[in-house]
Amino acid sequence: MKPVLDPVWPAPHRWIASQHASDVAITQAIADPVFAPVGRTWWIAVLASLPFALWFIGSIGWLFYEGIGIWGINSTVVWGAAIANYVWWIGIGNAGTLISSMLLLTRQQWRGSINRFAETMTLIAVAIAGIMPIIHLGRPLYAYWLAPYPNTMALWPQWRSALVWDFWAIVSYLLFSILFWYVSLIPDLATMRDRARFRAGQVLYGIFALGWRGSARHWDRLKVLHTTMAALGVPLVCSVHSIVGLDFAASLMPGWQESIFPPYFVVGAMYSGFAMVIILALVIRWGLNLQAIITMNHFEVMSRIVLMASIVMGYSYATEWFMAWYGGEHSERSVVAFEFAGTYAPLFWTLLFCNVLLPQALWFPHVRRSLPALFVIAIAINIGMWLERILIIFNTLSHDYMPSVWRTFHFGFWDWSFLIAPLGLFALLFLMFVRLLPAVSMFEMRQLSHEEGAT
Amino acid sequence: MNGPLIAEFADPDALRAALRLIKGSEHRAIDAFTPYPVEGVAEALNIPASRIRYVMLGGGLIVAACAFALQWYSAVIDYPLNSGGRPLNSWQVFLLVPFEVGVFAAALCGVIAFFRACGLPRLHHPLFEIPGFERATQDHFFLLAAAGDDGEAIRDLRGILQAAGARLVTEVRQP
Repeated sequence: MKPVLDPVWPAPHRWIASQHASDVAITQAIADPVFAPVGRTWWIAVLASLPFALWFIGSIGWLFYEGIGIWGINSTVVWGAAIANYVWWIGIGNAGTLISSMLLLTRQQWRGSINRFAETMTLIAVAIAGIMPIIHLGRPLYAYWLAPYPNTMALWPQWRSALVWDFWAIVSYLLFSILFWYVSLIPDLATMRDRARFRAGQVLYGIFALGWRGSARHWDRLKVLHTTMAALGVPLVCSVHSIVGLDFAASLMPGWQESIFPPYFVVGAMYSGFAMVIILALVIRWGLNLQAIITMNHFEVMSRIVLMASIVMGYSYATEWFMAWYGGEHSERSVVAFEFAGTYAPLFWTLLFCNVLLPQALWFPHVRRSLPALFVIAIAINIGMWLERILIIFNTLSHDYMPSVWRTFHFGFWDWSFLIAPLGLFALLFLMFVRLLPAVSMFEMRQLSHEEGAT
Repeated sequence: MNGPLIAEFADPDALRAALRLIKGSEHRAIDAFTPYPVEGVAEALNIPASRIRYVMLGGGLIVAACAFALQWYSAVIDYPLNSGGRPLNSWQVFLLVPFEVGVFAAALCGVIAFFRACGLPRLHHPLFEIPGFERATQDHFFLLAAAGDDGEAIRDLRGILQAAGARLVTEVRQP
């Protein structure tokens, strides 16, 4: 399919790589792939991700039937892949809303090209993340006990528990993200309603567009609401991942009980999330022919943010090691030594390579402009961030205060299942999204195009 | 009695020009419909400042206070549990849940207030009957204006809109 907007490189405008991008051209470039017949690539992608989604559902079924003993956890390493996956997915899930809100508040116009699919990534990732702690419960049927409600047992949740904070943080954040995503989607749904050629499309998009007419009053109110929500969203996101950090930091375990955990988790979330946004941007740009809308300059600025986050991550790791040494506590020092030279040392060195060393390549402009290189680095960062989360659990729990209970986690088939299969579910849901909704915010692109003088 | 006129423009500059011309006349611009928020239009239409933020603040604070009260009641009155010698009213950590739900409640109140301020949701609107109005969400800019009271006013307003560059001027009749 020939792109509607002809991409030109070097880009004639800062954020639009096309000589002219009229309102019609932008609308067509973004909306038409949704109305076009389903292509072969999309079907192949769906057929490739569907087995993984079914595998995930099947794994959950087996877990519910058999219990959490199917994983490699034992009485020492009581947390395993499910908790690491939870932290990893919620990290990815934090990034969409964080990126979108921060860029909106700092008036970064280029957010228009990436915010929609980044926020969608958030919704899907948080939903997957929310499954993880529930399946990790020994008796998942009692998950609802986290909610306060009058009950015949006369019990209440323990409000001092980090896990209860977690429950509220995830629920609030997921619902908030849905609202934030939907509010900025309404004008685009109205465009879809008005472009749909079939009655069913007109009715369905029309229902969700809620009668939007693009009135000056509507736009004014939408802007007020959207910016206020963004201003609330940034502290919310930071608090959500800080609370995830407190799950560890509020304990008394060596290697966990550190005040740096909350901010370091937030930066880690932004880091892995931005890497995921780069991957999705590459896929969407190629799949929907949006080379003129998601330009090399976008990748350039995203790479810079990733580079910055990688430096902060390196600094955080170094702070952890320094504080362990400086604190002088034997068990703390021993955990750090175990990280570098213990059972999981190869994973730890891989983590440092993926998160700290490899992203330094982004200092070079030609790496930032090379899409294959960016793709590899973004994948590596996500692997590194997953290793970081699993190692936070493994190292501390395997190397506790008491040497007599030291044990190793053995990663088995079902641990792999809960790591790999959710990726297929994520891909499947994301494929549904690009077929049903405009993957890029059309009204923001129109505005950007007028401001850039590209019309 | 004549209905208001709706003019269709191909670019935002023509819309702004029409707004300027109407401002200096006896006529009144009612509303504009644009595919993206055009700078200066809301000011030209004298749209009053939004009160959505106050609703959000109020809703968020009320829900946060309720969440705190729930924790306090359950931990101090209904189910006092000595957890490692911590005070029953551990207010410092009791602030986390109110913050989370308070932010969500503020967002929800904001969305509800936004719907109310915009008169949404509605399934139909008389303007949707105007031929070509579907382009208001795509690439064309519409201005809805009411003519003054004088007999010739409607013709005068039509002339102003056309002078500003309107492609099409239609009269909107109430159903």
